[in-house]
Amino acid sequence: MAVGEVMRMDIPAGGDLTVTSPELHVLAVDDSIVDRKVIERLLRISACKVTTVESGAMALQYLGLDGDKGASGLKDLKVNLIVTDYSMPGLTGYDLLKKIKESSVFREIPVVIMSSENILPRIEQCLREGAEDFLLKPVKLADVKRIKELIVRNEADDCKTLSHSNKRKLAEDIDDTASPPPPSSSSSSSSSSDDSSVEDFPSSKRMKSELSSLL
Amino acid sequence: MNTVVAQLQRQFQDYLVSLYQQFTELRKLQDEGTPDFVAEVVSLFFDDCSKLINTMSRSLERPENVDFKQVDSGVHQLKGSSSSVGARRVKNVCISFKECCDVQNREGCLRCLQQVDYEYKMLKTKLQDLFNLEQRILQAGGMIPQVNIS
Repeated sequence: MAVGEVMRMDIPAGGDLTVTSPELHVLAVDDSIVDRKVIERLLRISACKVTTVESGAMALQYLGLDGDKGASGLKDLKVNLIVTDYSMPGLTGYDLLKKIKESSVFREIPVVIMSSENILPRIEQCLREGAEDFLLKPVKLADVKRIKELIVRNEADDCKTLSHSNKRKLAEDIDDTASPPPPSSSSSSSSSSDDSSVEDFPSSKRMKSELSSLL
Repeated sequence: MNTVVAQLQRQFQDYLVSLYQQFTELRKLQDEGTPDFVAEVVSLFFDDCSKLINTMSRSLERPENVDFKQVDSGVHQLKGSSSSVGARRVKNVCISFKECCDVQNREGCLRCLQQVDYEYKMLKTKLQDLFNLEQRILQAGGMIPQVNIS
């Protein structure tokens, strides 16, 4: 019995995968009120629904991961992407990332980290922990557009096959006969490394290629 | 053509050119649906500046008891938000400011604090002048010049 037979997206015969599915709902986490306002606008322009919170703790609360409520009651508020600042008082973006990836309910949600500091070990750490991408602040419209395309493409790919582009090694193996099991130490992923369209804003792409030469 | 309006428009254009470049990225995010976006963000930024400068000032107050960690945190936040809005001069002072924090140079920090205070207030004044000019042009029956910066 195929594990992979999930809902299929209608892919037009021409092959152009323009996704006209419901808007992405993004949870944006940043302790700076200025940055919250900017990221919210960037996401809205990119046709996303946005919820902003000012701390990692509030993000967990919103998702229902803070222990007070069960996560199951939040189906209506499905979050498709989490974008978080790295340096925040209390829970850092990295701490938040870890908590999300540790949750069986939420670990599939892509998490993108933002930081004003270009610190390679920090970036490595986040990508190793399963972050989808790492953006240098100030975040530009092109960064958000690129992330959105990535997420939308990933979701489409997930429907076509069942290979997830989750970089973190999962505790349980998914019994996936559709594609070969990914190598355990690989940091790259097949569906998200199509960088052909990413010419103009190399900030995170450069980091990725630097990293893959290191790892 | 009303020469008063023409003169005001020219003044407006000059101001706009210099400020435009600063807020290029932010302006991309404004449209007819959100005509006040830049003004709102910038206003939040000024409030942020004021708050952070006050906090840092208190931390630097007593020479024998400076909380450099607190100051550093304030500088970090200020650098971040100034970078986000495009307030280049404020951000540049923050770079020197951080260096003074790192070596625990209180005098240096106080100078940078003063400079940051000056720069953000200057920016605030310029923007206020720009806004006032806009109003005067409109009241004199003219149109706000659109400046095209490539």
